[in-house]
Order: sequence, then structure tokens, then C-alpha cells
Amino acid sequence: MSKPNSILIQNGRVIDPSQNYDAVADILIVDGKIAAMDSPGKIPAARAQKVMNAQGKWVLPGLIDAHVHLREPGLEYKETIETGTRAAVAGGFTSVACMANTQPVNDNPAVTAYIREKARAVGVCRVFPIGAVSKGLKGESLAEIGGMVREGACAISDDGMPVMNSYLMRKAMEYSKAFDIAVISHAEDANLVAQGVMNEGVLSSELGLRGNPSAAEEIMVAREIALCRLTGARTHIAHLSTALALAHVKRAKEEGLSVTAEVSPHHLTLSENSLTTYDTCCKMAPPLRTDRDIEALQKGLAEGVIDLIATDHAPHGIVDKAVEFDHAANGILGLQTALPLTLDLVHRGIMSPARWVESLTLKPAQLLRIPHGSLRIGADADITLIDPEHEWTFTTGEIFSKSHNSPFLGAKLKGRVTATLVGGHLAYEIHSSQSESLK
Amino acid sequence: MTNLLTGSSLSAVDIKRLLATARAFAQTTATGKAPPHLLSGQTVALMFFENSTRTRLSFETAVRRLGGSSLGFSSGGSSVQKGESLIDTALNIKAMGVHAMVIRHSSSGSPALVAQAVKTSVINAGDGFHEHPTQGLLDAYTLEDRLGDLQGKRVVILGDVLHSRVARSNLHILSRLGAQVTVCGPPTWIPPISPELKIRTAIHPDEVLRDADAVMTLRIQLERQGLAQIPSLAEYREFWGLTAERIRLLKPGTIILHPGPVNRGVEMDSEVADSENSVILDQVQNGIYVRMAVLASVCNPDGLERWLLGEGHHV
Repeated sequence: MSKPNSILIQNGRVIDPSQNYDAVADILIVDGKIAAMDSPGKIPAARAQKVMNAQGKWVLPGLIDAHVHLREPGLEYKETIETGTRAAVAGGFTSVACMANTQPVNDNPAVTAYIREKARAVGVCRVFPIGAVSKGLKGESLAEIGGMVREGACAISDDGMPVMNSYLMRKAMEYSKAFDIAVISHAEDANLVAQGVMNEGVLSSELGLRGNPSAAEEIMVAREIALCRLTGARTHIAHLSTALALAHVKRAKEEGLSVTAEVSPHHLTLSENSLTTYDTCCKMAPPLRTDRDIEALQKGLAEGVIDLIATDHAPHGIVDKAVEFDHAANGILGLQTALPLTLDLVHRGIMSPARWVESLTLKPAQLLRIPHGSLRIGADADITLIDPEHEWTFTTGEIFSKSHNSPFLGAKLKGRVTATLVGGHLAYEIHSSQSESLK
Repeated sequence: MTNLLTGSSLSAVDIKRLLATARAFAQTTATGKAPPHLLSGQTVALMFFENSTRTRLSFETAVRRLGGSSLGFSSGGSSVQKGESLIDTALNIKAMGVHAMVIRHSSSGSPALVAQAVKTSVINAGDGFHEHPTQGLLDAYTLEDRLGDLQGKRVVILGDVLHSRVARSNLHILSRLGAQVTVCGPPTWIPPISPELKIRTAIHPDEVLRDADAVMTLRIQLERQGLAQIPSLAEYREFWGLTAERIRLLKPGTIILHPGPVNRGVEMDSEVADSENSVILDQVQNGIYVRMAVLASVCNPDGLERWLLGEGHHV
């Protein structure tokens, strides 16, 4: 890759919660690292081979998504590391952490190493594998956690397959402490979910779809908190979806337990009412809930009870989704729509710009213990430039993923990535036809 | 009417019009005349992805009486298990030149999926736990036939309401017609119901049977008993079965319905199914007229309109 070894980004509004920084500034990148940050005009343009004008834009630490499914190895018809990371940088993400439910499962060092190698070869952003908790995601015996960490795994999770055996989960939490990694829980009681395919309530009854009660999440979140208290492990709740589970997290944090939580853009924006047409693009686990839950989750995120936003980017092919609702796969695309969907909360005054940036940068970096999510001098120059006012329509033509399963196709969105730099390299830049509508 | 996917999407006017059309067909038949051949030259596909005898034969008869032809299949298991997607199956059948599809499927929402993906007229013949609108219509027809105007009439729906598409269609259709509907059954089988429908719920049948004008007993779906829902069929019969003893609570003239097939000795005793209060076989007969009305409204609305005017029916 040939690239200018020095870039100056001028006149952008730099928001970096890791330094409590929010001001218009210039940033100089040299050899892929942040070399200087200063008031506009202080850094001579002559010091850079390339100058980027960020007037009217926000300059953020590269966004970090702690929860994606890249589907490689084994499910390349849905997504590959290459297409998934292209979608990531188009969405402003410079680091993604990919879940273990590949084929074969990432439950051993060889698969972890494969993902890292493949990402190094074809990936356009940083890829951090998340190893499985249990072998084969079966919930029966521990995966080779230490070996996976040695090969670069940055957390463990049986995402998609809740660990129903509390004893095994306890042991996973205890063991994880040897490697200082978080245990990420897909918190649903699978027995109580039974065959539920949407939130349980009047609507599921009317649609004749089997219900998945919010109690299934509350019970599991309460269990993880109890196990966290028992073991002291770093415990992270994936894709929180209910107001009552959020209340459990809040109490655990007040108690001082090492519990963190994430929320997905779709759980912050869509309710079960999206399912009245049996749109399988709105089928996910945990399911879309009620307006009351959405309101609580937005508030929880703004207040920091929910630490971070993670997309749960879950690409699926047409064969997985254009089928009967009961048979359709769970999940939706997330990487390219997360920014505008959640920036909307800033536009509406529900959360501050700094808190929003923190939930997409510093907080996921802390969860994964990766040295990113900051514009400190000396840090890798992972930077995302956005135009917060840019209005655009999300269409299939915009999609970099291999799959198209998004309920937001055709939606008018506000806020858009204009450029994404990974280690000082320009990994994505909005093309001219897209930026024409920029004022 | 392009499709009939749900009872919930039908207004009171729609329902009354369909029932009046069904009555017109019944009257014509009663006078010994042949029904109009409104489906002449049309082919209706009967796609039963779930086994069915009654509903399929009923639709087949209705198509034939209206001069149409039908083709179809009835198979256990979903299209997924057969390896072909539901949409592909539907596209293939459409390519054979059918004018409408009658679909039964074990997954809720499947008829809607086909209607949207294949762009053809679809009549829902029962989808999962969702709806079975022609059953709801034929039940309403039977109730009106016996009880007159349903405004204020008390109908008890008894049994596994949670897993019943028949109950769901009836809740919408009967409440639109002004009936006062009570659902009754073990708490494990009573789903949450929108307060807008003003449905009453009861756990113990003895409390609600005394005042009922009609009791609709649902089939206990023996094939769905894998999950922990009721301790045993014997216990169900003791507390919720419509036993010979329990029907003594009913007012004289209270009618008893069942969508069939009846599990005699479980949800209903043989004496009850065969009693003079039972209208189970009327339901089957009325089902043909109701399905003729639905098919004619979907496949040939203009022809239907002309025939009704010509016969002096004002619906």
C-alpha cells in the first residue's frame, strides 16, 4: 500500500472523550501515528504531504464495533472478512470484534490464527476475534481460551447460543481472569425462549408467532450478575433489549460489580411493531421489544448505564431470509447504518456528542482492552471523519456487505462518514457523486 | 377483494357482505338451481403444506360448484424440509397458470409471504397459530343462522386458545359483528389479547357456560403436546372438557360448535358432539357456501356483483 506518510486534517471539530477533548483543531499524522494535535493553523501545512479539509465535519477516533459477525470461515456466502471490513470502514469503524459462530467455530487457536491472518491479508480495518466460551458453542466444556488469547482473541462469547449451564459459565468466568478478558453473554434463557421468534405480548399473539418473553433476558442478566459477583470476572451483557434487564445492570453497577453492557442500533430504534408484515429483516435475537423498552435503553445509554453501542452486524443471504418467518435466520446488517441511526439520539438531544462518541470508541476499546479509540499523540491514526448533517438514503447500491438483510433499506438517514483512516491509511472516502449533496 | 389473509383486516361491512353472499349461494342451492359458474375457466391451486381433509375438500367442492378447476397437494412437513423454498414452490405453481392460491401452512405469515413475493391472489386456509379466516367466517355464518343477529350474543371459546388460529379469526370476526366473546381455558393456553377487542377471559368453564348462547370448543392439538402445557388429557377433560355432565349447565338452545376434527372424550364427549345442541355438521356444510363467497369475491368480483343483482340479492 503506497500512502503519503504524513497527512494533516484541518479545521474539523475534534471530539475525543479519551482526552475530554471537544474543540476545532488540526491533527497531523506521520507514519500512521498521531503526531500532533493543535489549534487550527498552528501546525504548518508544509509538514504534511496531504491535507484534508474537515471544515464543518467531526473528527473522531476510529469507531470500534465490539460485536459483529464476519461469517468467515465457513459461511462466506453471507459475508467474508474482506466484505465485512469494507462495510465496516464505510460505516466509520476502524476496529471490529468478530463473534465465534463461524464454521468451524472459533473455539481453538488455529481458527483464531486463521481469522487474524486472513484479516491481515484482505481486511481493510482491524479485526479482533472473539473466541468461544465452550467447544463448538455447545455449552458443555470450555474452549481453549488461553490458546485463543495467545493468537489474538480479545474476549470470549458463545453469542447466539446462550450458555445455559450455570456451572460452566461460572468456570468460564473464573478461567477468563487468567487472561484478563471479558466474558460476553448472549443473555437469554433458552428454555424460556423455547421456540419464540418475536417479543411476547399482544402483538405476537395477534400475529400467531411464538413469543419470547422479556423475562428470558431478565433472568439471564440476573444470573450473569450473580456469577459476576461470585467470580469477579469482567462480565459484559451483549445486545441488551429490555428495560427490566437494564434495571438489573444499573443495580449491579451501583454495587460496584465489573459488569458492562452494550445495545444495538436496532434495539434503540425499532420496536416489535416493525413485525406486523412478517418482515424477516426485523427478526433477531433478542427480539425487537416495545416503545417503552426503546425509551429506557436510550436513556440508559445516554446516562452510561449501558456502556457502548455495538451493531451485532449479522449478514444473511436471501436463502436465509426469504422464507417462512419461523424458519428465517436471526439478525440484520449493522455496520453501515449504526452511525446515522445512533447519531439521531444526539440530534434529538437525548445524548451528548461526547457520550455518543465515547460509546462507539473509548468504551468498546476498554471492553476489548485494545490500544485504540483515542487520538492521543503516539496512538495509531485510526480516525473517522463524519458530516453530522449530511442527509442520504440507504440503498442496496451503498452496501459493501455480501448480504442485503436490512430493514433500513430506503430509509432517509442523517449523518454520514466522509472518510475513514486506519493506521493513517485512507481506507474509505465518500465518492464524489455521494458527496455532491453535501453543502 | 384481492386476497383474504386475515379476519382482522375485514371490516364489519366486508364480513356482512361475505356472509350475505354465502347465504345467496345457499338459497340458490336450496331451490335446486345450479350455482353460477363464476370461476369458469379459472384454476385455483390448493396448496396444503400441512395435512388437512375437511378444509381442502371444502375448498375443492366450492371451486367445483362455481365451475372452476383446482389442482393441489396436501403434504406434511414444510417446503424447507422438502428442500425447495416456499416462494419457489409458489412461483412454480403460478407458472402453471393458476388464478388464485389457497394456502395452508404451519408457519404464521406464510400466505402473506407468498402474496407479497408471488403477486397473486392468496386465500389463507390456516397459517400456524395466526388465522383461519374462512373458518371464522363459517363459524359466524353458522352462529347467525341459528341465533340471528350476533349483537350482544354470548359466545364462549373454550380450550387451547394460545395455539388456535380458529380462535384468533373468530375473536376478530365475532367481535366485529357485536358478539360478546369470552375465551376460557387453562391459563397456559390463554394468550394476551388486545383490550381493543373487548374479549373477556375466564379460567373455569362452569362460570361462563350458564349464560352462553354458543360454545365453541377448540381442538386439543395432540401433536403439540411436546411442551409442558397441561399435565394430562384426563386432567384437561376433568376441568375444561365439554363433558356430558357439564353441558347440563347450558341454557336450552345453546349451540355447540367445533372446528373439527373432534377428539372425542378429550375436549368433548361423544354424547355432546352428537347432541341436538351440536351444529358441527352444519359448520361443515356452511363452510362450502362461505368459501364459494370468498372465492367468487377474490376471483371474479364483477361477475359476482352481476349475479347478485340479477338474482335480486342486495348484499
